[in-house]
Amino acid sequence: MDFAYFLIQLLNGLQYGLLLFLVASGLTLIFGIMGIINLAHGSFYMIGAYMAFTLSSLTGSLAMAIVVGIILSVVLGIVLEWALFSRLYGRDHLEQVLLTYGLILIFEELRSIIVGNDVHGVAVPALLDRSIPLGPTLTYPVYRLFMSAVCLAIAGGLYVLIRRTRVGMMIRAGAANREMVETLGVNIGLVYRVVFALGVALAAFAGMLAAPVSSVYPGMGTQVLIICFVVVVIGGIGSVWGALAAALLIGLVDTFGKVFVPDYAGVAIYVLMAAILLWRPEGLFRRA
Amino acid sequence: MRANATLLAVAGVFGALALFPAAGSPFYVELVTKIMILSIFALSLDLLVGYTGLVSFGHAAFFGVGAYALALLAPKAAPANLWVTLPIAVVVAGLAALIVGLFVLRTRGVYFIMVTLAFAQMFYFIFHDTKIGGGSDGRYVNFKPSAALGTVVPFDLDKPTQMYYAVLVLLGLTFALLRFILRAPLGRALQGIRANEHRMRALGFHVFAYKLASFTLAGALAGLAGYLSAAQYGFVNPEILSWRQSGDVLLMVILGGAGTALGPIAGAFALVLLEEWFAWLTQRWQLLLGATIVLLVLLMPGGLANLYGHVRRIRMYRS
Amino acid sequence: MPTAILHARALTRQFGGLVANDNVSLELLQGEVHALLGPNGAGKSTFINLLSGDLEPDSGSIVFKGHEITRYRPDRRSRLGIGRSFQRTNIFPAFTVFENCRLAAQSRAPRALSVFAVADQDAASCARAHRALALAAIADYADRRAGALSHGAQRQLELAMVLATEPEVLLLDEPLAGMGADESNRMVEVLRRLADGHAILLVEHDMDAVFALADRITVMVNGQVLESGTPAQIRASPAVRQAYLGEAEQAVE
Repeated sequence: MDFAYFLIQLLNGLQYGLLLFLVASGLTLIFGIMGIINLAHGSFYMIGAYMAFTLSSLTGSLAMAIVVGIILSVVLGIVLEWALFSRLYGRDHLEQVLLTYGLILIFEELRSIIVGNDVHGVAVPALLDRSIPLGPTLTYPVYRLFMSAVCLAIAGGLYVLIRRTRVGMMIRAGAANREMVETLGVNIGLVYRVVFALGVALAAFAGMLAAPVSSVYPGMGTQVLIICFVVVVIGGIGSVWGALAAALLIGLVDTFGKVFVPDYAGVAIYVLMAAILLWRPEGLFRRA
Repeated sequence: MRANATLLAVAGVFGALALFPAAGSPFYVELVTKIMILSIFALSLDLLVGYTGLVSFGHAAFFGVGAYALALLAPKAAPANLWVTLPIAVVVAGLAALIVGLFVLRTRGVYFIMVTLAFAQMFYFIFHDTKIGGGSDGRYVNFKPSAALGTVVPFDLDKPTQMYYAVLVLLGLTFALLRFILRAPLGRALQGIRANEHRMRALGFHVFAYKLASFTLAGALAGLAGYLSAAQYGFVNPEILSWRQSGDVLLMVILGGAGTALGPIAGAFALVLLEEWFAWLTQRWQLLLGATIVLLVLLMPGGLANLYGHVRRIRMYRS
Repeated sequence: MPTAILHARALTRQFGGLVANDNVSLELLQGEVHALLGPNGAGKSTFINLLSGDLEPDSGSIVFKGHEITRYRPDRRSRLGIGRSFQRTNIFPAFTVFENCRLAAQSRAPRALSVFAVADQDAASCARAHRALALAAIADYADRRAGALSHGAQRQLELAMVLATEPEVLLLDEPLAGMGADESNRMVEVLRRLADGHAILLVEHDMDAVFALADRITVMVNGQVLESGTPAQIRASPAVRQAYLGEAEQAVE
């Protein structure tokens, strides 16, 4: 392959990886801080994508759709946490798995009722609907570069939030010792609600962002969920750096896998996971 | 006292199952056959979840291996031999579990749930993307396996009632095998691992080896269930390895009561009948099922097993 | 001249910036009761964890009966004959007291492949369990659910479980933790009887018990060994008084 083609695949791989990171960071935040394993996390991604479709059809603008969509997903996150997830803290992982499995069924069916089961495309916003040249013959879509940039910006924002702000400090402290933080007067319930809403919003936003590129289809939620699990296993649970490294690795392996071994591309990332399990069962990075 | 109550319940259940074909129509005989096959599947998972404390979300992988084993071994124009293909399917499923176990048992807790799901997906993709089992189209098992031993044919699986009893016998054998194991030293060690793995290690047990043994045996029995399912249904496709299948069998185990003797069987009946009922009520039956699951978890901390707790306190070793 | 059955040489273990154990050496002689004293945070728990295999040292070595066991995992050390009890009671609450010990004893003769054997009728493990219960003086509670026992009885069960594995060396991490006066006296009697057949490394805060039982005492402070010797020597040592006993005396004033 020539260099331009390689560059395109590299950029694709990184873009896919960054998108995965966005979703996985929500998952690992929720688990790392509240100790909840949430199988329905993929459903939020799917909900985001379908929101992007319906809202952009209504308003004619993807940007508008995304803004409204983020607000809606934050509200969804708050309501879900208040109604259901707050009752899962400290419970058996098995019970969390079952409840969130039930949620997947509910979300899938609700989506089917509200929007149907069709596959949809979402138009790239006009502003970004162009390509830049890469070498003499090939070009690369600007929107994909935009996606990667946005994901990186959010990753940076998350880092600043968690490591450098008072809110982040409260979150980290609450993760380590809930009772202690409560006795210090911090409303840990509120912190958890915010973190959960943040996790939901991250996943939904990722779905909205990805919609023009990957289209909107029923199985996208569970597909991304399982890959996120692989990200978390490889990267180490609770570690945002680990999620980033693992997500990029997976993005690249998956993309180049499709190029070199198209018949076995689907299996490639699981082989990667198996190899890392042999070498470092607790993940590439230990708990942050 | 309690042991007698359990014995009575077991006798009652198997007795009822034995008598059922006399009363039920062919449709229901086939339905109950299907449920009994799923009971074997659920019993195998309960060994992991209820007794060893390993929550696997990828158990469908081994169910699928057993099913595909029949589909791949069965000739297109003649029935496969039951006495040859059944043991092969069970052994292959067990081997698959042994290999997967070597990887996944290096993890614990939430990680374990995630990697088992991921490995099952790997198996799903292997069958879906490659030509091994006909890809996403699946493969037919054109004939039910033949029970012929030379010229003697003890029973004919083409007849639903005989298939029913063959499955019932295998369910009984699976149930008995698990009961034997649980009251044996191996079973106690597994329960000890579930209760306090750290202490078991401190006491000198090879915890990894025990977990691997449990995982392998559970996989082999899941393969048995898969084989029977393929034999009954006559068709396999990658969906039998999907995470939905893994989630369903886990649900059966919890619904019925993990770590109880008849729980998995009760759970299989409960889930299938619930699904049938919901599907009859509405096309949107998944909504009802999902809501039921959510409510069950919220309203019954500790799971349904607690309901049975008083009657069926044959947990641990009083069996 | 008694030989060293367990020898820890220059064990060092760090956690991030904190050096929990700094060049700690200790010899456990055959048949002796060796107490490990020190204020909270001295590194005693870390040291016990290094000996039992729950932690790996950054440097140093551990030798048991002439074999280098530094990298051995906890289950392997247990099978070699090093038994360890825990400071926070670590039993199987849902099993009966007897089953707790029988399962512990089963580790010596696992019989994992006998599918048709009945665990409850396994003569070897049952016999060991009975012996252990008698040694720990809780035979009367055999059929009670372990989770329902009083704290003191649970600490005795904690000890009984280790004894059921018939170890040569006992690493006891605060066996008297949380016990009242009567329970403590009972436990001290149990430990006194045990001293005959076992080499015991005893981490304890209860001074009366320590001075009643110990043949030798090692004092740790801030991750290092401060002093090691007979009870009389330790009692008289000014350094120990200042660092450990002295603080208690001042507090009383």
